[in-house]
Amino acid sequence: MQLAGPNGAGKTSLLRIIAGFAAPDEGDIFWHDTSIAKNYDEFARELLFIGHKTGVNAQLTALENVRFWLQIQGYDDNQDLYALLAKIGLVGLEDVPVRTLSAGQQRRVALLRLWLNDAKLWILDEPFTALDKAGVAFLQARFVSHLETGGAILLTTHQDLTTHFNDLQTVTLEYRH
Amino acid sequence: MQRQHSYLQLFSAVCKKDLQLAFRQRAEIVNPLLFFLIVITLFPLAIGPEPGLLARMAPGIIWVAALLSTMLGLDKIFRDDFHDGSLEQLIASSYPLPLTVLAKVLAHWVITGLPLVLMTPVFALLLNLDSQALVATVITLLLGTPLLSFIGAIGAGLTVGLQKGGILMSLLVLPLYIPVLIFATSAIDTSTMSLDYSGQLAILGAMLVVAILSAPIAISSALKVSVS
Repeated sequence: MQLAGPNGAGKTSLLRIIAGFAAPDEGDIFWHDTSIAKNYDEFARELLFIGHKTGVNAQLTALENVRFWLQIQGYDDNQDLYALLAKIGLVGLEDVPVRTLSAGQQRRVALLRLWLNDAKLWILDEPFTALDKAGVAFLQARFVSHLETGGAILLTTHQDLTTHFNDLQTVTLEYRH
Repeated sequence: MQRQHSYLQLFSAVCKKDLQLAFRQRAEIVNPLLFFLIVITLFPLAIGPEPGLLARMAPGIIWVAALLSTMLGLDKIFRDDFHDGSLEQLIASSYPLPLTVLAKVLAHWVITGLPLVLMTPVFALLLNLDSQALVATVITLLLGTPLLSFIGAIGAGLTVGLQKGGILMSLLVLPLYIPVLIFATSAIDTSTMSLDYSGQLAILGAMLVVAILSAPIAISSALKVSVS
């Protein structure tokens, strides 16, 4: 599902409410018929959120960042991450602090998580920001495989999705004062 | 992608990250220590170098200086994680947030509190503190500085989202430090009279236990408020 709307319409705010970081003024968010406020841990296990602020520490290296994320999510961190880093185009940059990488490369470090999780619901705020064309295509290929395994994606983007998604729904928010 | 739930893995990962970051930017460890040293050296200059007077005032000076220098490092504890979005990832992790917070506060104490405790015997020489009082000072600091970190982290969690949270945090946290200061300096005073000060230590210990058990919950709620 794609959330659309002009700047300031509230896309990011809505995503943050759905992810459970902010409380809604009215109403409630339900996941599997249970309010997420009541059972957040259960929901968090099936959620992958990558926001504007990606949660990548600039002082640590790409490898350390990915390892740390795996550990705090409870995944096994002893897997071969070099192959994956190479696949996403960060070969040779595994051991330099992330702050020395370009914006697009930093985003790739954050997006690596998409290959390393078993979450059902992905909430992605502007995932294509700063990515080059090849990166965008690569990411969309990953979206397709996630959807094929029964996952759901909720994202905002100002770019047109170049891949054709069969059951893409678009919700457009209006800007109101 | 199998998830294995290991609280130990989470705990060590969070501690390790913070320690790693601190050792990469050593100023974080060295600066509070230098501040501590400078404040301590200011006193003999200001009130005169009379050994008896200094020895009498030393415990108070050391404790106030310790309090201020822990204060200095406090806003660092969640700021980077807040700004780069790591805090959101920690909240959206399937682990309980208080455990993560406990690990962060302990790491923070190892970075700022522990060096202070270890350096105190050296700095105490500057203030002509006798050995009896020195032992009491080190013990009270050992019990008291983690307590300062826990209490302070509540204030840090509440103010992390604010632009200029530093002063507000001091105003929130310093009054809460008063009980710690009272019992710690009372213990040291009692020791200089060669009396038993285990009562004060027991109270400090009890406060520390309560803080370890309850502060992480308060800090977690504070962080959730700051993030939203």
